Amino acid sequence: MYETTYHRPASIDEAAALFAKHPEAKYLAGGHTLIPVMKQRLAAPSDVIDLAKIKDLIGIEATSDALIIKAATTYYDITQSAAAKKAIPAIVHLTSVLGDPAVRYRGTVGGSIANNDPAADYPAAVLALNATIKTNKREIKGDDFFQGLFSTALEEDEIITSVSFPIPAKAGYAKMRHPASRFALTAVFVAQTKSGEVRVAATGASQSGVMRVPAIEAALKANWSAGALDGVKISADGLMGDIHGSAEYRANLIKVMAQRAVDAAG
Amino acid sequence: MSTVKLTVNGKSVSATVEDRTLLVHLLRENLNLTGTHVGCDTSQCGACIVHIDGKAVKSCTTLVGQIDGANVTTIEGIAKGDQLHPMQAAFRDNHGLQCGYCTPGMIMSAIDIVNRHAGDLDEETVRHELEGNICRCTGYHNIVKSVLDAAGRMKVAQAAE
Repeated sequence: MYETTYHRPASIDEAAALFAKHPEAKYLAGGHTLIPVMKQRLAAPSDVIDLAKIKDLIGIEATSDALIIKAATTYYDITQSAAAKKAIPAIVHLTSVLGDPAVRYRGTVGGSIANNDPAADYPAAVLALNATIKTNKREIKGDDFFQGLFSTALEEDEIITSVSFPIPAKAGYAKMRHPASRFALTAVFVAQTKSGEVRVAATGASQSGVMRVPAIEAALKANWSAGALDGVKISADGLMGDIHGSAEYRANLIKVMAQRAVDAAG
Repeated sequence: MSTVKLTVNGKSVSATVEDRTLLVHLLRENLNLTGTHVGCDTSQCGACIVHIDGKAVKSCTTLVGQIDGANVTTIEGIAKGDQLHPMQAAFRDNHGLQCGYCTPGMIMSAIDIVNRHAGDLDEETVRHELEGNICRCTGYHNIVKSVLDAAGRMKVAQAAE
């Protein structure tokens, strides 16, 4: 790891002021992506600004319409939250199969979606539910947030403060885990909104990161059941193919994971 | 350079180190606590797991600044004098190791698992919860056996206290 200077600001404003002073800085949340990347010398921020201890960035609340998770809330705290379990159990399930216990003690929602790894779990929930991402500057809808591999609508100095997930009528998540990394070989989040709209997002599959799956949405809109997807064919165009699975294999996994997610959603 | 203050295995520690210092390096190189190992260096193997404020986390993926003021427990800090921690004793009695490289991380993870699932542990849960610890010798069978055995011993030890 190259040399860097560590900062632990006490507030969001203080963090933003530090970034303004150090334009080559990076924000740090759980650190389970940034620190490994710094160790490999693929990133060399002059300064690291730790957001994980800022009190205004930690907490979970549920209203009748939304589950609001503040950005630096850890995965472990989400899995332990009765409010989250009651509001959107699919999100708690997604969190419980993410990484491993030691990673879940550290990793955060804000860190996951700001990084936008093409095989990360949270982008699927954010896109399928069209969650609202609040930052220290504005609000961004899930539909507008993800912009390809490791790219988001965030500006360099912008800080995610919370993510607000609308509470759906039904939602489910199913994941084929890579056995070593625990990232998604392919995973699918299915949701039926309270107004009857069906939205489906797949992660780990596309070369451009998290994606909607219109063919599955149409089939589920007509008939919300796993069986309704039996005849659906997903194109392998634009999907990832690597030593772990071909693009065709992932295309089939999208369908199978969607079926399991529908079964989980009930 | 920054000065960090920690409590490590019950003792106050103050160290002035570069900001890029990882906890595992502070433990091994500054404090000579070499029981905590570096295995994969990519946050996957769990050989470096220690307890920070009671939670089992990967010390190879923690900058020392992140835990300034925290309470750290390593494999060296769990026995009471000559009396092994029940988890250590269970690993010995069940032959829960072969080369031993992953064992400190396994034991620190396993104690956290038992603490979180008090009295409610079965084989499936142990296997799922040990996903962050990789062993290349044992095939895990005796590790799982050790953790289940220790869960019982820890309950007895707690009841006695």
